[in-house]
Amino acid sequence: MSAAGEAVVVQDLVKRFGGFTAVDRVSFTARQGEVLGFLGPNGAGKSTIIRILCGLLRPTAGRALVAGFDVTRDPEAVRARIGYMSQRFSLYDDLSAIENLRFFGGLYGVAPAELRQRIAWAVEMAGLRGRETALAGTLAGGWKQRLALGCAVLHRPPIVFLDEPTSGVDPMSRRQFWQLIHRMATDGVTVFVSTHYMDEAAYCHRLALLDRGRLVALDTPAVLRTTALRGAVLQVQAPPTAETLAALDAAPGVLGAAVFGDGFHVVVNDASAVQDALPVFLAARGIPCQAVVPIAPSLEDVFVQRLGRRDAESAA
Amino acid sequence: MTVRRTLAIARKELIQVRRDPRSLLIAMLMPVLLMGLLGYGARLDARQLPVWIFDRDGSQESQALLHQVRASPYFALVRTVERYDALVAALDAGRARLGLVVPPDFSRRLRSGERVAVQALVDGTDDNSAHLAIGYAEAILDRFAAEVQGDWIRRRGLSERAFVAPLSIEARTWYNEDLDSRHFIIPGVVALAMALVGALLASLAVAREWERGTMEQLVSTPVTAAEILVGKLLPYFAIGMADAAICVAIAVGWFAVPFRGTLLALAAATALFLLVTLLVALFISVTIRNQLGASQIAILATLLPFNMLSGFAFPIDQMPAPVRAITYVVWGRYYLTVVKAILLKGSPLGDLLAPMSALALYALAVGVLATRRFRKSLD
Amino acid sequence: MSTEAAVAVDGLAKRFGDIRAVDRLSFAVAPGELFGLVGPDGAGKTTTLRILAGVLAPDAGSARVAGHDVVRHPESVKHAISYMPQRFGLYDDLTVDENIRFYADLFGVPRRERERRTARLLAICGMTPFRGRLAGALSGGMKQKLGLSCALVHRPRVLLLDEPTTGVDPVSRRDFWRLLYELLAEGMTVITSTAYLDEAERCHRLALLHRGRAILCDTPARLKAGMPGAVVAVTTPESAAARDALADLPDVTSLHVVGDGVRVVVASGAGGLAAIRDRLRAAGIAVAEIAVVSPAIEDVFVASVAAAEALP
Repeated sequence: MSAAGEAVVVQDLVKRFGGFTAVDRVSFTARQGEVLGFLGPNGAGKSTIIRILCGLLRPTAGRALVAGFDVTRDPEAVRARIGYMSQRFSLYDDLSAIENLRFFGGLYGVAPAELRQRIAWAVEMAGLRGRETALAGTLAGGWKQRLALGCAVLHRPPIVFLDEPTSGVDPMSRRQFWQLIHRMATDGVTVFVSTHYMDEAAYCHRLALLDRGRLVALDTPAVLRTTALRGAVLQVQAPPTAETLAALDAAPGVLGAAVFGDGFHVVVNDASAVQDALPVFLAARGIPCQAVVPIAPSLEDVFVQRLGRRDAESAA
Repeated sequence: MTVRRTLAIARKELIQVRRDPRSLLIAMLMPVLLMGLLGYGARLDARQLPVWIFDRDGSQESQALLHQVRASPYFALVRTVERYDALVAALDAGRARLGLVVPPDFSRRLRSGERVAVQALVDGTDDNSAHLAIGYAEAILDRFAAEVQGDWIRRRGLSERAFVAPLSIEARTWYNEDLDSRHFIIPGVVALAMALVGALLASLAVAREWERGTMEQLVSTPVTAAEILVGKLLPYFAIGMADAAICVAIAVGWFAVPFRGTLLALAAATALFLLVTLLVALFISVTIRNQLGASQIAILATLLPFNMLSGFAFPIDQMPAPVRAITYVVWGRYYLTVVKAILLKGSPLGDLLAPMSALALYALAVGVLATRRFRKSLD
Repeated sequence: MSTEAAVAVDGLAKRFGDIRAVDRLSFAVAPGELFGLVGPDGAGKTTTLRILAGVLAPDAGSARVAGHDVVRHPESVKHAISYMPQRFGLYDDLTVDENIRFYADLFGVPRRERERRTARLLAICGMTPFRGRLAGALSGGMKQKLGLSCALVHRPRVLLLDEPTTGVDPVSRRDFWRLLYELLAEGMTVITSTAYLDEAERCHRLALLHRGRAILCDTPARLKAGMPGAVVAVTTPESAAARDALADLPDVTSLHVVGDGVRVVVASGAGGLAAIRDRLRAAGIAVAEIAVVSPAIEDVFVASVAAAEALP
């Protein structure tokens, strides 16, 4: 570790692919035992940053220290100390669960006695006891995901990078997976997770919001919710139709409106003023409005506002 | 079955082929390459076989014989040697295909009217060339012998008529007068090029949709199995016919293969052959739902039988009976019969009803099979 | 509009080898309703949607979609529905326009109508400037919107979506839902499976599938109201310690760590909060805040699935 308890230090990291800037001067540090979430749309640079920190890509400029080692100068030292779970889980579908585990254990050079123990742990953790010989390709999403995590941490790395590990996995399995991550964090492992599920953002100690290669915000979910939003949020109970949405968009003082749950979240400049005026405005258009209540913003509200309307979307 | 849906599928397929550089390369370049390579490279006749001579006589007569060998287009007189083992060494090393040894008493025995034997050593490793070499050599020697006889008779003042051989064969080769083996091979290459393009490209067509996942959505729409198959067939049919046209143009224009029949007959036959090939490829594509497997099986099922069993490289009538029976299933054999007849014999379609009907029946059978096989279900 | 259900499923069953993907499933969806299918992996959501789309034949049971018997005459239903599978059928090497045109042709949309509808759909999605772009060059969110446009160009009566917004960023997801709402307003019925529980909350009604059966089926509000017990949110920097301290409390039916603390479901209801506070104080754990919160759909589901799994 570089400074006390700093597992990862990133300074002015830049990565360009030809004319395209994937990572644009990103800086942050991650403490040991922290669960740090990367949140952002596709193409924001989450995967690129993770790959640089794993020593898989060389940065165009800037510095990154992982477990005290410079990713550019000592990529091998970095790779020995990290675990990486890629987006597609990187399991061999035609190998069984245990064969996958043995394979990855061999790749990481885990000693045989230690490996046996670790494999037993991974099987238990993934809930695959009795199913060790099932081909990885036949496992359902949640099991595959936990197996892939097991494969990534057989060598007990102090830092783990998970690139969209819960993509396409059902909510129940996702929650279980996050409990696993927290258990690891309690044991002192630093976990980087990238995700686009808003409800998972709440599981992280801190969140980094990324958009188009730039770090837009970095803080705990609670702080982000209260300070990152420009304006206030009102929850509006009204029939969730396109007509209502259009009316809300057009209402005075409204910065943005979206369907949320069985009502709407409306972002406004002046909460009290709009709260009074809105029901009248809607009624004039024949739209019944049951309630208008100020609420704490959700992460999605923050996200959508800060990451903005993508009028000129770039290619994937 | 609606035309609109079929055309929608055809249009989409055509756009995709146009935008895929690999497919385009296969479709346009491969036939030309094949024609060039095989047209120039594949010859079953032998020309300019290297001959080495060990002339132990060194007389006027032996020189006359060697002159005949030199003059033949089938042989190229490379070296004369002074020792027997040099000849053997040349044959061993492959520098000579034929070695001739003229005995030391060659001229003496000829003049005295005795028989004399010329030894021919042949490199038999290439069975085909060896047969031809021996045949040509014998022909040259026979002619030489006849001349010697004639000379001998004249010198004794006898009438030549007394010694005219009772039988002579007047051979006239019809249809391929020069016995240019290229005229025999190139029509086959036209079919080969079409089969290759059709098999490779069409076999990927359905499998690709399964592999990419777009098929799941297709089968949830009203489009029918027949519409999908016909729609996918159309663009590859157009490409195949275009390739055939290019190949025939090269064959006739560049390699001077004669074209004695009608264009209509050739187009009809080619269209049928292409149809069968494409339908077989589509059937494979329907059955094997991944691209790699489909293309591999397609090559095995179309190209291999075509090369071996259609009469393209190996004559069917020389095959053992059981194998000959199998060739009836290889649809390429019917097409080769027809195309050679049209190009070299100028046969009208009327004479070719049997092989054409075979092709048509084949197309119908495979078409029905493929449509049945292609069920709109994920099971 | 008739009062006949837009989709009616009764006793549907489908088995793959030993696995019962769908096990005597029954539910009904009213016309114009937005109906959500939620459940763990392997619960039968995709299989159910495939059967309703007529691309998979069930082993037993009946299903009527838009007035057609999809089990006996699967082809008959395909004019009236649209199915967007997880790996949906966009052609990467065709442009946005060409993709929409292809599907319009497959469904026999009249030519004039096609142009009008394409323009409208793309405008709602904000994709008008990208008409000539190859689908493969679009971002994930735009691909999804294009897929939806292709599915809607022939104005189906019933729309079947299989996790349509997985992997899509929140901004694009909002556009996607905006488009859906436009069509819902015109009377289209939508059945969607989703892995996003915040989307589940937007549905008019939800069905929670577990091992091929619907163990819950109601409006989100009623599901939340009907959840036994209460949810207590504890804000503390010592989440792991808090979790360990509360794990053996008899009142706790479920407990999980979140970024800023733990979330506890107690069987007894709001009164259970006191016991939690006491236990944490006894363990010496610093608590910044502790309060009863309204349950999220996720809490309802996790509790129900746990209860269902506990059954023999």
